[in-house]
Amino acid sequence: MATPRVLVFSGYGLNCEEETAFAFESAGGRSDVAHINDVIDGRIKLDRYQILAFPGGFSYGDDTGSGQAFGNKLRHHLWDELLAFVRRDTLTIGICNGFQIIANLGLVPAVDRQYGDRQLALLHNDSARYTVRWVDLEVTGHTPWLRGIRQLSIPIAHGEGKVYADPETLSKLNRKGQVALRYVSGEICRYLNLPANPNGSLEDIAGVTDESGRILGLMPHPERALFFTQLPHWPLLREQYRRRGEPIPETASGRQIFENGIRYFA
Amino acid sequence: MASRIEIYSRVADARAGNLRQKLEAVPAGAKITSLELADVYTIDKPLAADQQRKVADMLTNPVTQVAVFVNKRNGKKDFDWVIETGFLPGVTDNVATTAREGIEDLLKVTFNREEGVYTSQLIFIRGKLTDNEIRQLTEALINPVIQRARYKRAKQYQQDGGMGVELPKVRLSRKPRVDLVDIEVNDERLVEIGRLGIPNEDGTRRGPLALDLSYMKAIQAYFRQRKRQPTDVEIESIAQTWSEHCKHTIFADPIDDVSKGLYRTFIKEATNRIRRKKGKKDICVSVFTDNSGAIAFDDRYLVTHKVETHNSPSALDPFGGSITGIVGVNRDTIGFGQGAKPVMNVYGFCFADPNDDQPLYRAKNKQQKMLSPRRIMDGVVAGVNSGGNCSGIPTPQGFVYFDRRYKGKPLVFVGTVGLIPREINGRPADQKQAQPGDLIVMLGGRVGLDGIHGATFSSEAMDSGSPATAVQIGDPITQKKLSDALVKEARDLELYTSITDNGAGGLSCSVAEMAKESGGCRVNLDTVPVKYAGLEPWQIWISESQERMTVSVPPARWPKLRKLLERRGVEATVIGQFTDSGRCEVTYCDQTVMDIDMDFLHDGLPTRPLTTTYQPDQRPVPDLGAIDPTKALLALLARPSIASHSFISAQYDHEVQGGSVLKPLQGRGLVNADATVTRPLLTSPKGVALSQGLMPSYSELDSYAMAAGAIDMAIRGIVAVGADIDQIALLDNFCWCSSNDPQRLGQLKQAVQACYDCSLAYETPFISGKDSMFNDFKGFDAEGNPVKISIPPTLLISAIAVMESAAAAVSLDAKLPGDLLYLVGATGDELGGSELYRWLADEQGKEFGGPVPQIDAKQNRRLYADFYRAAREELPASAISIGPGGLAVALARTLIGGRLGARLQWKEGSTARLFSESGGRFLVTVAPDRQKRFETVMKGCPLTVLGTLSYDQQVTVTGDRGQRLIHSSVPELDRAYRATFNQY
Repeated sequence: MATPRVLVFSGYGLNCEEETAFAFESAGGRSDVAHINDVIDGRIKLDRYQILAFPGGFSYGDDTGSGQAFGNKLRHHLWDELLAFVRRDTLTIGICNGFQIIANLGLVPAVDRQYGDRQLALLHNDSARYTVRWVDLEVTGHTPWLRGIRQLSIPIAHGEGKVYADPETLSKLNRKGQVALRYVSGEICRYLNLPANPNGSLEDIAGVTDESGRILGLMPHPERALFFTQLPHWPLLREQYRRRGEPIPETASGRQIFENGIRYFA
Repeated sequence: MASRIEIYSRVADARAGNLRQKLEAVPAGAKITSLELADVYTIDKPLAADQQRKVADMLTNPVTQVAVFVNKRNGKKDFDWVIETGFLPGVTDNVATTAREGIEDLLKVTFNREEGVYTSQLIFIRGKLTDNEIRQLTEALINPVIQRARYKRAKQYQQDGGMGVELPKVRLSRKPRVDLVDIEVNDERLVEIGRLGIPNEDGTRRGPLALDLSYMKAIQAYFRQRKRQPTDVEIESIAQTWSEHCKHTIFADPIDDVSKGLYRTFIKEATNRIRRKKGKKDICVSVFTDNSGAIAFDDRYLVTHKVETHNSPSALDPFGGSITGIVGVNRDTIGFGQGAKPVMNVYGFCFADPNDDQPLYRAKNKQQKMLSPRRIMDGVVAGVNSGGNCSGIPTPQGFVYFDRRYKGKPLVFVGTVGLIPREINGRPADQKQAQPGDLIVMLGGRVGLDGIHGATFSSEAMDSGSPATAVQIGDPITQKKLSDALVKEARDLELYTSITDNGAGGLSCSVAEMAKESGGCRVNLDTVPVKYAGLEPWQIWISESQERMTVSVPPARWPKLRKLLERRGVEATVIGQFTDSGRCEVTYCDQTVMDIDMDFLHDGLPTRPLTTTYQPDQRPVPDLGAIDPTKALLALLARPSIASHSFISAQYDHEVQGGSVLKPLQGRGLVNADATVTRPLLTSPKGVALSQGLMPSYSELDSYAMAAGAIDMAIRGIVAVGADIDQIALLDNFCWCSSNDPQRLGQLKQAVQACYDCSLAYETPFISGKDSMFNDFKGFDAEGNPVKISIPPTLLISAIAVMESAAAAVSLDAKLPGDLLYLVGATGDELGGSELYRWLADEQGKEFGGPVPQIDAKQNRRLYADFYRAAREELPASAISIGPGGLAVALARTLIGGRLGARLQWKEGSTARLFSESGGRFLVTVAPDRQKRFETVMKGCPLTVLGTLSYDQQVTVTGDRGQRLIHSSVPELDRAYRATFNQY
């Protein structure tokens, strides 16, 4: 099997493309960072890729609503190509601003396979403030991206991350197993004495998929949890490992998501 | 016909709740029973009904929002008042720009220069409020320097069918032209021109030039020799180039017997001597010559660092001032060498007490009211949030410091660390050289009236003549596009030969500065893209409108660069050519409007010998007899300069780019750190450690000790996380006041002498610096009495060090019970300027003095080198630098961080010494099995075992006779530490 190829979007204020590309590369993929305009004008073609990543950032400065303007640009110029891409046996991930973009595009949750319908919104956090912290997540859906993972701890950094959908959509999401990740109180919340849900998301939802599970959108940033030294409590853990005479780990739990993505094509 | 689209949320809007809470600070705010928001887009372009609908759909999220057109009454009834707020004409409106781009893309139309999009916000309020109370609320909502507001009663709103359409267009009536300035006038008139600006026909003035008589005379002589009058473009241009802000004349001019000036004699000389002494171990690569300083990262990369201030604009428009500051200093990174990538932001804010509600006015009779300290603080914090977060640059490091003397002008320090390869395609990337014949290309934003006279304005004290046009609002996304296109693409394709930032003085400074490389320039102002018609040529030339860089481009490479930038949505325009004529020439409408010798422009300013006096303040020492150390500790933890400012750290993204190692909030208790570690290159194990030091409370007592204390604090912070003192470089930012007063200059000379002495003793070179010399406010209080508020002389030292292994870093939080607590370093009875004395002075309404901590840099250097050895062997489990509040506060922070208790004994002299701020000290915890080795490594240093950590949450310090000095618990300390800002 050839090395899976990953396309990571950039441009107009997206800003996590480098570390996202790095995450896929360190999981064994081959990443290209592509400016949206180079994809629109056909210099870079989606059909050469197996994985599509919409990274975090501040596309268009969140002006007119987070992910809205970038989503519109994709809808006006690349919708057919994107539909063709997700209909193949491919994987797509939207992280943070990338999640906001694919939610506005209607790639997730696309309940009843209504791709292009906007069914879920990401509202201002209850605090109405941009918030950076670590969260604990429980895997509650069925998606290749999260295969073999039960819990993981990774950081969030967003101002508009509160998942909102009407009750009917929410119950469908639950029924169809499309709620991929929920905020829970785990290792990090206990360590930092923080509440599980950082933004007021309905039903503590942190990430959702489409019905196929191949498209994942999530607010937390797995690409910021690749290394042991990114953990908020690594200095304490290091002391504990050392005193027990155990080796000090080098990785953190976000890495598994990228490894799963690459492994899907193995 | 303009279209107005109002967007309402169908679900609860967190922003509304937040705004309501904010308005509760105003007396009338308590009467609000409910509050709702709507976002408004006013599109000043004819649109057909179906086009309107499409645009509304584009701007609305159908899951939660609904759009309403103004021409259809929305029938809103459940409110009593409505306020509409928006920007004043010409103020940067980023949301409107995005909306316009979206409309152009959606409808395949373009907006002409007369058309535009404007945003505003509707605030529907329910509550029995009077007209006067609504006015109060409106005043609390907007900053009149940049925003407009209007309000209506519900009844009026219903009658009018809504708010109606308002278009904040810029209208400039005069036809632009170039005027000659008559400078063949007497000295009195010359002084007036220099201070107040070029006179207009109607008798008003164009704004401060900050040119004193000797400068005006030099200009007069230059033009007399050329037998002509200068144009307004020439005078304004010289004023920018010669400004204190750009030329740093106070640091350059002879001072007393120091004939070569303070900068060359002390700062630069110290660095030169250290570099010579270190020889092959020299870490410096580029110092003082470029937009940032640079040191070695590894064999392939350099890291750059630069810290700027943006004080005066932040006083008038805190949000705009600070966002412009942070994105501006990012450009000092992008403009380093061939262009470095910004990888870390830092901040430091000096504010007055946010609870101080005594108003200040810039003009008599309660005119031009200053914003309150709280609003300045909120705005500054939000501006750096927006600028840094939107740019995708992590902000690991920062501090806040409070003193009432920052009420007239806050200090807003902003800095950026960059990463750049040593070589690009085999050429040194830190070098640049514009060639004669290269095109002058302006990139990024357009030019408007915003940011006129920023350089000259910040070179003077603030008063009623301070220009509102000096205020700008940054647009981080325009800059992000520019930055990515340059640093991630064009740079490595070698599409330009030189690059610099358009900062102070705008094009007039950036082009003239680059023209030094080639030997001259010719610029055509007609080609400069503008935001709106009607700008005067001199305004185009000196405007500091944001998000612009200037590059020099060989003509053969221009087509490729132009196409690349077009594809990246970055505007780029050829505005002239670099020459070797020895002249700076500018044309407008086929006329030469500026023609000045490069030599005169850059070096024609006369030197002004300065003289100083120095008399330290003598103040009494407080009586400490009655102080309960536990109470004192709890009070100090709540002092705003010490208390947790986690609300700031947690809203500045420090995880983006994926390199976070030691975060701004550390341990279980999320304690604000003095130093942080970040990996700028994910493929390398190396880290960059950052810290900061400033000690303005020592300034009036002993400004030499103030500077030495700041340097030691910065170095100590970075040593505590495990960095090698031999890898540390420093940056200086002098923020002074009344710098024409010999006593202030005497304090400055003392401080600079300390910089020289300490940097040599520590062998830590300065690599970059900046100064801001007139941080004074002249205005009036509520009774109309004249008030002058000067900041305390403030020196910020920023330290940066590359760490071999970021994974070896040491955090500040206590780790495990049973670990030993060590005091490293010697404690003296030197509490002058300490946080303890400041607290007592505030309590008693007095000012206290006393001996200020003296730094023994030679001895500290040995201690820091030993501590580095200990850290490399991973002996300390935690370490914290002992700073404001002394050992007691450092202990509390360590324990809050680890949520562990401790039993300590204090036998090192007086109880007051628990609060002494003697430099060169750390509080370190060590696992029992490493005790021996730690003591061996540190055997040449003063070392005291104070006690041990415990599982229980009790904190007890007993004296030499077994008496209880401090008795508290971690929860109690934690509450005190968090109480001050927990509602922010």
